[in-house]
Amino acid sequence: MPDTSLRRAVYTAIGVLILCVMLFPVYWMVNASLQPSGNTLTAGFLPLDPTFAGYRRALSEQGQNLVTSVIIAAGTVVLCLLVSAPCAYALSQFRSRWVGIGLLAILVSQMIPGIVIANALYTAYERLGLLNSIPGLIVANCSSGIPFAILILRSFMLSLPPSLVEAARVDGAGLFRAFVAIVLPISKNSLITAGLFTFLFSWSDFLFALTLTTKGGVRPVTLGIYQYLGTQVQNWNAVMATAVLSAIPAIVLLVAAQKYIAAGAIGGAVK
Amino acid sequence: MVHAPTLTPTTEKSGPEPARRSRWRHHRGEDLTKVLFVLPAALAMLALFGYPVLKNLMMSLQDYGLRTFFTGQAPWVGLRNYTAVVKDQLFSQAMVNTALFTIGSIAFQFAAGLALALFFRRRFPLGGLLRSLLLLPWLLPLIVSSATWRSILEQDSGILNRTLTGLGIIDDPVPWLNSPSVALIAVIGVNIWIGIPFNVTLLYAGLAEIPDELYEAGQLDGATGWRAFRYITWPNLRAVASVLLVLGVVYTIKVLDIILGLTGGGPANATQTLATQSYERSFIDFKFGEGAALSNILIAISLVFAVLYLRATRRAIDE
Repeated sequence: MPDTSLRRAVYTAIGVLILCVMLFPVYWMVNASLQPSGNTLTAGFLPLDPTFAGYRRALSEQGQNLVTSVIIAAGTVVLCLLVSAPCAYALSQFRSRWVGIGLLAILVSQMIPGIVIANALYTAYERLGLLNSIPGLIVANCSSGIPFAILILRSFMLSLPPSLVEAARVDGAGLFRAFVAIVLPISKNSLITAGLFTFLFSWSDFLFALTLTTKGGVRPVTLGIYQYLGTQVQNWNAVMATAVLSAIPAIVLLVAAQKYIAAGAIGGAVK
Repeated sequence: MVHAPTLTPTTEKSGPEPARRSRWRHHRGEDLTKVLFVLPAALAMLALFGYPVLKNLMMSLQDYGLRTFFTGQAPWVGLRNYTAVVKDQLFSQAMVNTALFTIGSIAFQFAAGLALALFFRRRFPLGGLLRSLLLLPWLLPLIVSSATWRSILEQDSGILNRTLTGLGIIDDPVPWLNSPSVALIAVIGVNIWIGIPFNVTLLYAGLAEIPDELYEAGQLDGATGWRAFRYITWPNLRAVASVLLVLGVVYTIKVLDIILGLTGGGPANATQTLATQSYERSFIDFKFGEGAALSNILIAISLVFAVLYLRATRRAIDE
């Protein structure tokens, strides 16, 4: 037995080492964000003399953008779940030849590059006055959220027995009432998974932020970082502090909702 | 809901026998409700995917430029946009870069992902926790990763060059993102880093599906180590692997954020791909017709892989 436990300890050590290598850039981002201001990166491996100057600057320059990103991401979650949940239920429980067509459409939609959507939405938004607007970006971000949310929710709802809803139907509830009162509460976990991922997709969006805004009014934080990166970076600590702040949703998601993530990754890809 | 009694019920969609009679009465209203379940999503998909694809097809056949936004006129020009972008001297370079970027990214993501997935299949303390923390690079906004790697790869003061010179591996700092000869390699490297976690997760799930009995039986026949991988693991992992590889192509071929964040297509167009070119035509040069033509070429390439993808996933969908 000591032999296997020793071997296991070695595996754990190797695992920690792999993780350290893979997550080094993330550590470096945090480290660099705590360094004094400047356009060079003379930071040592440890922030021995940490300063929050980068964060102060990031918050004063990018605070508004962070708020914009939160609003857009939250709006995308609400819109995506409202649209996706009934559809996912239909695709999992209704028997119709349209189910296959719907699924095919969702899969094909994954092949369409974001730039194609940006091209078309730009010309449409220009006419509709939706450029530089939060609703415009929310709708655009739904292009990544809705197909994903439908697939995630459907893969869960497939496991719901039809008898569940039938019982309520016998009591006279309409299909929609039964859906709201029974299916949605039971699907809570998958709704959380879909919502978390949709939030993250929308929060991470850069392409639509870049193409569907033309002036400073509405500027998500991803665009703020991009503009920081410009040609010559002047304040690495502020850039990195903004990067850290923008990474918070991902980190929160990973720590708080760990069990949902692998489910999301697998559900969205394979099904 | 419409309560229209009907004497000619069509095919009953679902439901157990006892509920039938009462449901016939509701049938027409019920069908309407069912349509309403799908309608918002159907409209959203049409607006967000159907319309853009059609619009791009049309724009690619039009002289759709800056003037169009003022005059509203976009004259038809046939295939001239396509010939213009294909004849452009950047096109062949963008094609080669797209191919190198896609193949290089996927080959290494997959290989590293498989190695790590196999490693984490060995049960050891903290294995699950370490594996889930490994997902972080995949969850970060791409522009955050780009910014971070910009600082790491910075030529004069970036930590990578400082470390490599400190260790005596290189004499002069490598211009990772500033030299046309290494920029593409650096960009591919960053994309590999981003893609590994996803590959690990899917391959790990695929490995977990392989029943232990197969290995136990294999052991009796002397299939251990490499032979076990060759004759048990790999054949059983093929379905997941093919989905993953094709999905990887479809996603990687259209990558834009990372390249824009790291190099913006430079230096000297060394990291231009079809996607970055399409972006530049549309949103820098305001030649939407040419941008659309390029993105349609991108879709056409993806479509080839889409067929493979659908064939690979059909089993998973049908269930």
